[in-house]
Amino acid sequence: MRDRSNPLPIEFQDVAYAAGNTPILNAISLAISAGPPTLLLGPNGSGKTTLLKLAMGLLTPVAGRILYASGAEIARRRCAFVFQKPVMLRRSAARNIAFALKAAARVPEAATIERLLQAVGLGSVAERPARRLSGGEQQRLALARALARDPAVLFLDEPTASLDPAATKSVEDIIVRTAAAGVKIVMATHDLGQARRLAGSVVLLANGGIVEQAAATTFFQAPATTMAKQFLAGELIL
Amino acid sequence: MAVLDGMTALELIWSGDARLFQIVGLSLLVTLSATVLAAGVGMPFGALLALSRFPGRHALIVLVNGAMGLPPVVVGLVVFLLLSRSGPLGELGILFTPQAMIIAQAILIAPIIAALTRQVIEDLWAEYRDELTAMDVTGARRVLALLWDARFSLITTLLAGFGRAAAEVGAVMIVGGNIDGFTRVMTTTIALETSKGNLPLAIGLGLVLIAVILAVNALAWAARGWSERHVG
Repeated sequence: MRDRSNPLPIEFQDVAYAAGNTPILNAISLAISAGPPTLLLGPNGSGKTTLLKLAMGLLTPVAGRILYASGAEIARRRCAFVFQKPVMLRRSAARNIAFALKAAARVPEAATIERLLQAVGLGSVAERPARRLSGGEQQRLALARALARDPAVLFLDEPTASLDPAATKSVEDIIVRTAAAGVKIVMATHDLGQARRLAGSVVLLANGGIVEQAAATTFFQAPATTMAKQFLAGELIL
Repeated sequence: MAVLDGMTALELIWSGDARLFQIVGLSLLVTLSATVLAAGVGMPFGALLALSRFPGRHALIVLVNGAMGLPPVVVGLVVFLLLSRSGPLGELGILFTPQAMIIAQAILIAPIIAALTRQVIEDLWAEYRDELTAMDVTGARRVLALLWDARFSLITTLLAGFGRAAAEVGAVMIVGGNIDGFTRVMTTTIALETSKGNLPLAIGLGLVLIAVILAVNALAWAARGWSERHVG
């Protein structure tokens, strides 16, 4: 029987991370709760990816702690991650899904694989080698692979960064449907338009720290900080 | 003279000379068996070495890399001592048999396969680390997934091992004894027949040996090309 405990809320308490002697994140305190998607905004190098990897347990903080409602062990099993450039395993699209199902201790039944591929619009390319798919298709396959884990929380690291508008729309549609199905989406992006379309809440990062966190409507209509106003105005924040 | 010997050598091949092809058959049996045996040990060992972190790991990597250059005669001598009647494995009674030759060749090429596998898997792991960790792929499943996804690169690893085993003469000469019709393989026959002045058989076997190595490489290359086109 798979444990379906929910890891939310995930609480960052004064978390810091450094790569060697280079600080990446400083004194991050943040609560990720159930609800509509939380989008991490900020320029390149602001620490968005590192924050997602810390939340997923792929990195270990050098200071502070991260608490999961379900405990860290169960949280790892109930979270999934889609990378900006996902690695496609050298096998067909369907076998990529089967691999993810097995890794999540789920039975790789043909019907389940078919359902997941259909959910991301890849039903017709099930037997195609995953590495032969287009960039947009690969990103959708990565989403299907993540959904194969039956996650309560889905971390997305700029999943549309290198996609054209049509492919971006397909990925965003999947994200909206996934969120509507009750999966918590935590997504990094530096695309303000995308944040306006998807966000329920926003966390703005800069220079390894949180500049502002608020409900999306509040953030976009009445940002509280000068830096947030500059970011929304399209100015460079360094 | 050399041209005449060459013509006679070609005649031996075209006529399907029984002695020549018995030697070729035994050579392939020994070398392919040794490659399979060495791959069975070397590949998982190389993969584990790539993925494990423990004190002394770097020293072990240097040792395995260094063992790629093991002198065949030394390997042959060690296996001879192990399998000789008074040796620790003497009771097996397999000295001067094809089994002893397979063991010697496997020992010779296992470090090559292990060292090259370690490098291939380590490079692939750098690419796959985050993805497999996020998917909770650990332990044996991780090793198998990496070996499977590196399969095309590992073909080259096997070819390196096969080539080394097929071309070596010292180890099989010592542990096989070069017994006519029983343990005589291409390389040992070439050495013997050349020393006896029977150049047509030596040249014929030399040509077949080169052809076999080229054919195996061509086949592996074609398989790799086809697989990359169809599997990605």
